[in-house]
Parts: sequence; C-alpha cells; structure tokens
Amino acid sequence: MLPTPDLSHLSTDDFEVVYEPAEDTFLFLDALEADAETLKDLKPSICLEIGSGSGCLSAFLGNILGPSVLYLCTDINPHACKCTEMTGTQNKVFLEAINVSLAFPLHDRLKHNVDIILFNPPYVPTLSNEAVGAQSLGTIGGAWAGGMDGMEVTNTFLQYVEQLLSARGRFYLVALKQNNIPIIRQSMLNSHGLRSEIVLQRRAGIEHLFIIRFHREKQD
Amino acid sequence: MVRLITHNLLACHVKDCNTNNFPLEFKDAQIELRETEFNPEFVRGIIPKLEWKALVDTARELGDTTLPLELPEMLDDDFLKNLHHVLLEIHVEDGVMICANCKHVYPISNGIPNMLLAEHEIG
Repeated sequence: MLPTPDLSHLSTDDFEVVYEPAEDTFLFLDALEADAETLKDLKPSICLEIGSGSGCLSAFLGNILGPSVLYLCTDINPHACKCTEMTGTQNKVFLEAINVSLAFPLHDRLKHNVDIILFNPPYVPTLSNEAVGAQSLGTIGGAWAGGMDGMEVTNTFLQYVEQLLSARGRFYLVALKQNNIPIIRQSMLNSHGLRSEIVLQRRAGIEHLFIIRFHREKQD
Repeated sequence: MVRLITHNLLACHVKDCNTNNFPLEFKDAQIELRETEFNPEFVRGIIPKLEWKALVDTARELGDTTLPLELPEMLDDDFLKNLHHVLLEIHVEDGVMICANCKHVYPISNGIPNMLLAEHEIG
C-alpha cells in the first residue's frame, strides 16, 4: 500500500480556507493506487490536476510516477495554490501551482499533450448562484458548491477534456450518484468519443461517490 | 514559483485575444536559482512539448544565453544540462507577465502566477 501524502505542514487555519482531504479524496487515492501500474506504463510526461486544493492527489500521483513528469496544478483559490506547492515540497514532488479557473491559459499549448488529468470537482448540488459566486470569489465553497445537479463546473471542464488529452491519455473524475453518471459517460462518448469505466465506488455517509476514468482507446 | 517550463505553456486567455498571445513577457522578474537534480530522461521527454523559440527568447531576456537558437539534432549531456537549468532551476518569484497582444498583466506573487480574469474578460 502506498502511503497517503504527508500533510502535517498544513494547519487547521489552512483548512479553514482550503478543502481538507476527505472521503472523496481518499477514494480517489485508492483509484490511482489501483491503476498505478497502468499509469506507469503510459510513461506520462505531463499531468494536470484541476482544483488541486491541498495538493494531496497530485503529491500521491507524484509518488507513483516519480520525478520524470511535469505536475501542473490549478486552483481558483490562491491559498490552495500555496498549499499545493508546500505539499509538493513536503512530499518531494515538484507541484507547479497556477492560480486560475480550470485550465484556460494552458489550452493552446497543451492541446492533445496531457497524459493524465485529475479532477475532484465541486460536485454537491446547490443553487446555481451559490456555485457561480463561490467560483468567482475563489473561496472554499468553490471546492464543493456544484450548482444545478452539482454539474455546473464539471460540465464546463468536460467540454475541454478531449482537446487536452494525449492519444493515450486518461482523465479521472469524481462524481456523485446525483450527478447522473450514465448521462455524463454517454455524453462524453457521443460528443467527444471518450470511453469510460467506473474504477471505484463507495458510500460515505450521505454521499455515494464514484471515480470515473475516461480515455480514447478500447480497454479489456 | 514560475519555472520557465511552465511559462512555456501559458498563453493569454482573455476573451478574443487569440493571436500573438504567447509567450507572455516577463517584467520586473525577481529570479531565484534553485538547484534541482539533473534528470536527463525528463528533459529529453519534455523537448517535443516545448516552443523552442519562445523558450530561448525568454531565457535570454532573463539573462541566460546558454541555449542555441535552433534545437540541435544531437542532444548531448552539456546541452541537456543547460536545458535542465533553464527549464527547472530558474524560478521567477515575483514580477508580472504581460500579453504582447492585449497587454493584459498577469501578476506573480509569492511565486504563484495569478492567471485569473475578471468577469468581462472571460471568453
């Protein structure tokens, strides 16, 4: 078993303003660990995490894949960017944090160049205003407030995934049962030609969480 | 910290700013050099992803003239070490990045590039 990244450098003050790893994060770590060998076989050169928060996921991925990979991390929250970089340092992985929404300034240059994309989005269904407000302020609510069906932020990013993914690239997404996973998968296939599987699912309190993996090629 | 490898991937994303929006120009760049372990495999692997001219021009603006104007065919160790230094060891800690086209200013503070846009600038 791979160890969970060391977050001992982050304090309760940090977690007032930055999302603290919880069940969704841990399920994601388990999914990455289950796929560790195939991820290494991809020989990735560029990984991208959207909404990296504490940096826990990318640090974990960095421990799987090692230093021959560029780890780009974006977050709308500047405190999260700082925490991400610190978590990288603490876990001996260089995490490059960019304070931005999704990956817009990278679209031109990373077209079909990203080998692994991770996204634990704000997936909780809320009022639309709440999601839009939290995204524009870059506050901690932006880590969970997902607007209508919990899909407002996710849907925006899903439009760009295919353009970013390399030929053998993989995209991992956290979703909640209420996000309507069959519809997400069907529309990614129909609109973007991306196939998918459910890697793991788990009930945690009131949440029924899924990790979905998207890619181009057929898999056994 | 903005390393030149990351700078080489960032374009201006202001609404309707689609030409001459890369590379962003550094201004008032505060540089720190931080030694990192040389990893030839990583450097070789990243070369196909680079915009070479943008990288060389930016490195020269920041005072590093070790890279040739054309990407050499033979990638020897000396070359890879210079490239390693430019990509991974030059850290811009403070300053701004400016779009040559629309003149949008992206600040870097405490080593974090702020690429956020205001509502009216979003495409």
